[in-house]
Amino acid sequence: MSQNKNTALLDFVTRLGDNSLIAGHRLSEWSSNGPFLEEDIGMINIALDFIGQSRILLTYAGVVEGKERTEDDFAYFRNHEEFKNALLLEQPNGDFAVSTAKQFYYSVFNFLLYSELQKSKDETLAGFAAKALKEVTYHLRHSSEWVLRLGDGTEESKMRMQKGIDDLWMYTGDLFATTEGDLLLQKEGIIPDVAALKSKWLEMIADVFKRATLTMPDVNAFQQKGSREKKHTEYLSYIVGEMQSIARVYPGAKW
Amino acid sequence: MEKVHQSITHHLADHAAIWEILREVVDPEIPVLTVVDMGIIRDVVQRENGIEVSITPTYTGCPAMEMIGEEIKSALTRKGYSNITIKTVLAPTWTTDWISDEAKEKLRQYGIAPPEHSTADKNSLLGKPKIVKCPQCKSEHTEMISHFGSTACKALWKCLDCKEPFDYFKCI
Ligand SMILES: [Zn+2]
Repeated sequence: MSQNKNTALLDFVTRLGDNSLIAGHRLSEWSSNGPFLEEDIGMINIALDFIGQSRILLTYAGVVEGKERTEDDFAYFRNHEEFKNALLLEQPNGDFAVSTAKQFYYSVFNFLLYSELQKSKDETLAGFAAKALKEVTYHLRHSSEWVLRLGDGTEESKMRMQKGIDDLWMYTGDLFATTEGDLLLQKEGIIPDVAALKSKWLEMIADVFKRATLTMPDVNAFQQKGSREKKHTEYLSYIVGEMQSIARVYPGAKW
Repeated sequence: MEKVHQSITHHLADHAAIWEILREVVDPEIPVLTVVDMGIIRDVVQRENGIEVSITPTYTGCPAMEMIGEEIKSALTRKGYSNITIKTVLAPTWTTDWISDEAKEKLRQYGIAPPEHSTADKNSLLGKPKIVKCPQCKSEHTEMISHFGSTACKALWKCLDCKEPFDYFKCI
């Protein structure tokens, strides 16, 4: 594999691994804070799926890089400037409606991405995507049901759900941002055209919002980008700091 | 020729013996099922210098997978095998379709409603699940409490007749 392609693949795999890691860690903050016991358990189950996915991806990133870095080296010993996750996923949890909105936006994205990525010519990515697709399809069903329930619920729940989808809207465009390296991988049939997933994504969320009697945000509104240029919101450094504190204070600690 | 033949016969017998041992390793979270019942064991390869057992995770984040690997190693070690390595494979993707009917019956008796349909049925992931029978009283008058349950592979249901909550093994 050419040097450029290898660098591009490392970047792409790390990006997906960081997406899962930050999404999972953020969601785990709901542990013992859920609105009721079953949903508390539900969110932690989803967080666990994300952490599992990130372990596979970051382990693979280490293989692609070829410098013997482990999944833990990637997760715990990179500085926050090196994280490549989408801006949406580092945003604070807010109330349950905000977390539901985030989960819904991300689930639809994952569902579309992994449906395509399972056809990858890269065997590891294809196997991973086929596996993860089953999990994210389940997440999508769960988060869609909550958007419907809160949107088409009481005045209060509808107001909060609408606020959740509106407040996070400006961070959704960044999910679809691509790099020059991506083009290289696309040509080789290793990854799908991520930017091209957006039209289907818009269609799917618009359908659920309509059924939930919610107002679809303005598709032409300003979108904050930055994760591909290593520019993040202020929240990333805090979540990475918290996540890494034990591993850094006690290097080699096992738990 | 005779010698080669003997060696192959011996090899096959050994292979069957290894599978017999694996049939006694139970899933730490569902102790009525073995790792073979669950379809977690994908391959066993014997090499001159040891045995490689390939396993596949039920869920990517399943915390039991490492323990399952350790249990397999120790079961084989107890029977005198050495140099056992565990390899994790992701393809083909694990599915509840690999759980045998016999194993499903064991689940039911244990109090967990088994996955009710094939994943080839689109309803398994999206849309309404089929009727899930209460594992206690067999009533079909049941409803889901939560998509998620005590472990990654289960959802929480309740029976509207006997009023007992129960775990349902999710179809994936
Ligand atoms: Zn019952």
